[in-house]
Amino acid sequence: MTFLDDFLIRAALAGLGVAIAAAPLGCLVVWRRMAYFGDATAHAAILGVALALTFQTSVFAGVLAVSLAMAAVISGLSGRGYAMDTLLGVLAHSAIAFGLVAVSFLSGVRIDLMAYLFGDILAVSKTDLGVIWGGAVLVLLLIRWRWSALLTTTLNPDLAHAAGLDPKREQLVLTVALALVVAVAIKVIGALLIAAMLIIPAAAARPFASTPERMALIAGGIGALSVLGGLQASYHFDTPTGPSIVCVSAVLFIAASLSDLVGRRIGRR
Amino acid sequence: MSLVELKDVTVRQGAQTVLQHVDLSVRSAEILTIVGPNGSGKSTLLRTIIGAIRPTGGQVVRKAGLRIGYVPQKLHIDPTLPLTVRRFLSLPDRVSDDAAARALSHAGAEGVSSQQMASLSGGQFQRVLLARALLSRPDLLILDEATQGLDQPGSAAFYRQIEAVRRDLGCAVLMVSHELHVVMAASDRVICLNGHVCCEGAPEHVASAPEYRALFGTGTQGALALYRHEHNHTHDHAHGTGHAQSHDHKHDKDRAAS
Repeated sequence: MTFLDDFLIRAALAGLGVAIAAAPLGCLVVWRRMAYFGDATAHAAILGVALALTFQTSVFAGVLAVSLAMAAVISGLSGRGYAMDTLLGVLAHSAIAFGLVAVSFLSGVRIDLMAYLFGDILAVSKTDLGVIWGGAVLVLLLIRWRWSALLTTTLNPDLAHAAGLDPKREQLVLTVALALVVAVAIKVIGALLIAAMLIIPAAAARPFASTPERMALIAGGIGALSVLGGLQASYHFDTPTGPSIVCVSAVLFIAASLSDLVGRRIGRR
Repeated sequence: MSLVELKDVTVRQGAQTVLQHVDLSVRSAEILTIVGPNGSGKSTLLRTIIGAIRPTGGQVVRKAGLRIGYVPQKLHIDPTLPLTVRRFLSLPDRVSDDAAARALSHAGAEGVSSQQMASLSGGQFQRVLLARALLSRPDLLILDEATQGLDQPGSAAFYRQIEAVRRDLGCAVLMVSHELHVVMAASDRVICLNGHVCCEGAPEHVASAPEYRALFGTGTQGALALYRHEHNHTHDHAHGTGHAQSHDHKHDKDRAAS
């Protein structure tokens, strides 16, 4: 596949993979008000990078393991005295601080910290591309399989119980999916901005959607548009790619909110 | 054969014992109503039956393959979640348009299928919740204060709908309510709960039981007494003799303190 020799095409494909996997998951994160949960899981990824480099395993495996551990710690600690936002504030920032300190001990290895904080989509290799799309497809399959149960649980845990579903199990599915997305997205968008790829396209899609499925589809479209637009902008203006992608999706979010506002004004008249 | 049986069920939440030694069974096709003051464990009891709460002691036995239709007390839908009535009815299992339309008509909510859940009125919303519960073809329909937020004619109409549903579909109905006068007329059996089962039986039997009167007042004023009970927590009515000794009711303590 010679077309994959072009680094821009690899970058675009990597970004699209992340955008598509992040869309339905991002919607669930928004509906369940788990935005900070996503943030904390993503920030823990830096610690995962440090551990992976220390033990010389793949960054993907290290990030996945630490993100899962982080999610487990949050789930375990929730409802034990501290409000959820306090708990997540403590954990998210501690995770990134410990991660940065841990990386500084790795004096023997020269690593580009910025690449892990903000992503390095232009350096995506063919192997990376395989990992990203493998992970993305896995996340999509997982969410598609549990979609109805996840929606029911999101709506009301008691409704799920009465239908014979276990909300705890669905929470676990969501946690695993989130850790997977973080692990595949760190190369593309970086630990600090992963949550943006989850939340901004989903939020931008809300005004145009009448059902949950449509919202996920539109979010996927907006995410894909952000990736392609961000790559273009970064190429033309020589700006960092990850932040450029997030900027484009933020602009799309503002446009969506404004058009919704205008639409309502006209509708009311 | 009973659909659900609770054997000596005790539920503790933190330091508080919400339910103690509750025995209860729901028989097929009956309408069973649970009444009791605020904090008497009614919702906890229902949530134990659907499996959302694991009892601390005792056991809950459900008939094998029991299908439960559950109508929650209230359902908050996050504004970020777009949801049409039609889509809501297909949760968690997809249903055909035909089945969805039939369920809506059984629940008395025709023609709202394409509306957003958030745009429904209180009465319509409750009926849509009922329609969704009917779609699993339940053996047992469980309603937790399903008429909360409805006005008097609205809730009376809702209970007539429940009776019609039972008649048409033959499912048992287990409900919790505050609106005694409406509910008691529509029930086959009533259980009066206050952390434990105070008394149970046919509506007339329960209405005249001293335990029930102790909680809700006497005679035809029952509904009114309940109203007072909820709003200012005074208990200036007479107790049935011997009752105060045999049960440790909350209101006994209240009265002692005042």
